[in-house]
Amino acid sequence: MSEETKEYAYFLGCITPNRYPGIEATTKKIFKGFGIETKEMVGASCCPAPGVFGSFDMYTWLPVAARNLAIAEEMGLEIYVTCNGCYGSLQEADHLLKEHPKVKERVNEVLSKFGREYKGTTKVNHSIVILHDVIGLDRLKERITKPLKDINVAVHYGCHFLKPREVRGHGSSETPYILEDLVKVTGAKEVDYKDKLMCCGAGGGNRTADTPQSLEWMRQKIVNAIEAGADCMVHPCAFCHLQLDRGQAELEKGYGVFFNFPILFATQLIGLAMGLSIKEMGLDIQTTTMPEKLAK
Amino acid sequence: MGTLYEEIVAYGGEVFGEEHMETLLQCVQCGKCTGGCPSGRNTALRTRKLFRMAQEDMREEIFNAPELWFCTTCFTCYERCPKGVKTTDVIRIIRNLAAKEGHMSVPHRMIGVYVLKTGHAVPIGPDQMKIRESLGLDSQPPTTQKYKEQLEQVQDIFRTTQFDAMIDFDWDKMDLRGKEGGEKK
Ligand code: SF4
Ligand code: SF4
Repeated sequence: MSEETKEYAYFLGCITPNRYPGIEATTKKIFKGFGIETKEMVGASCCPAPGVFGSFDMYTWLPVAARNLAIAEEMGLEIYVTCNGCYGSLQEADHLLKEHPKVKERVNEVLSKFGREYKGTTKVNHSIVILHDVIGLDRLKERITKPLKDINVAVHYGCHFLKPREVRGHGSSETPYILEDLVKVTGAKEVDYKDKLMCCGAGGGNRTADTPQSLEWMRQKIVNAIEAGADCMVHPCAFCHLQLDRGQAELEKGYGVFFNFPILFATQLIGLAMGLSIKEMGLDIQTTTMPEKLAK
Repeated sequence: MGTLYEEIVAYGGEVFGEEHMETLLQCVQCGKCTGGCPSGRNTALRTRKLFRMAQEDMREEIFNAPELWFCTTCFTCYERCPKGVKTTDVIRIIRNLAAKEGHMSVPHRMIGVYVLKTGHAVPIGPDQMKIRESLGLDSQPPTTQKYKEQLEQVQDIFRTTQFDAMIDFDWDKMDLRGKEGGEKK
């Protein structure tokens, strides 16, 4: 792996900067430490949410996504994201626009009204792939100063990081490895649990369509992880974070049970093992709190 | 108007390719999709049944079924279907067709309102700006919510594709024209 500086355009989306900015601060900080510079995408919008906008109108979803891609193209940079929704949307849009010239033409006609064009010259990367493949496990390991000994971690992938495989390209969606490898690097133990690959229940407009029902998926997921002895859950998606973290407050309100099961974005778990503080990673201002054993 | 199947192929074909949508005809009702569907455990969504109804042109029944919106687009069935039916994409296109005819709940249309007003489905408020500052970040990210001229480009897209009309958006009120009732009509 080269040690030279690499620049990326950070596509923020909505939930990361507007609800969980700790994910943004942590990811930028860790990347910078490994020579990865983050450039802001001026004028970026909602990705827009793939399940929900893709469900309303593909022909509105696509030009809004293409406009975001065009901003990165104008910067001459590849993109990184901290949300599976953003990944799902932008990577799928990029894929479809490359595969189907007719729809690309239709989309560019919409963008041309304000002088933008989608060319197909950027690439959409997920931040956990940058951790795993660009920085690499060996370099990550060198910076672990506070190994997370005796910590059991339940991994949650979310859906749009792995699927559909033909677009994502991360191998099997039933036996993934990227998050497991990242957990191992921190010194923590990854624990298997019932229905590990199950969705958090938020996507596709389901959370909006029927919130209590959507929270029930999340409840099952958390109970399964707790029963398997997990101390916390780590994931790669700001939208899952919202469902899994804030959803626990909503569960408390609706049903009077508060699990307080700690939820962390992948870079936040690595940050803990690198000695970053709970405060600088924004982990002190979310619903679920970090127990002594994680926060020492 | 042709059959629902023909509409699905025509509408979804341009973005996904017609062959992609035509896989709907390959469904042999084996039920593997339903078996692994996380939604089906908790809701009335029966993925297998949905494709049967689509094949049989049960347009109104599908469009009026609340469970059509209980799929999270998790793509589990998409990866597992032994016949290569592009399940999740077929579902999304059926939803597009339903939404075009006004089958879209008020909470769903409100997501559209937030994006029309700010460029974001989840906009920022003053409390979050303070939190950002305490983390050493700019109080407001450099997105459409901060720059009016950038937001106008997104609004322009919504006008061109007539998404504003689809959700019944009132540009004077910058809100839905009416919020009564579950569906638009
Ligand atoms: S798994 Fe495929 S073939 Fe079987 S019922 Fe579902 S869509 Fe049809
Ligand atoms: S994509 Fe939708 S229908 Fe298919 S398994 Fe997931 S929730 Fe069920």
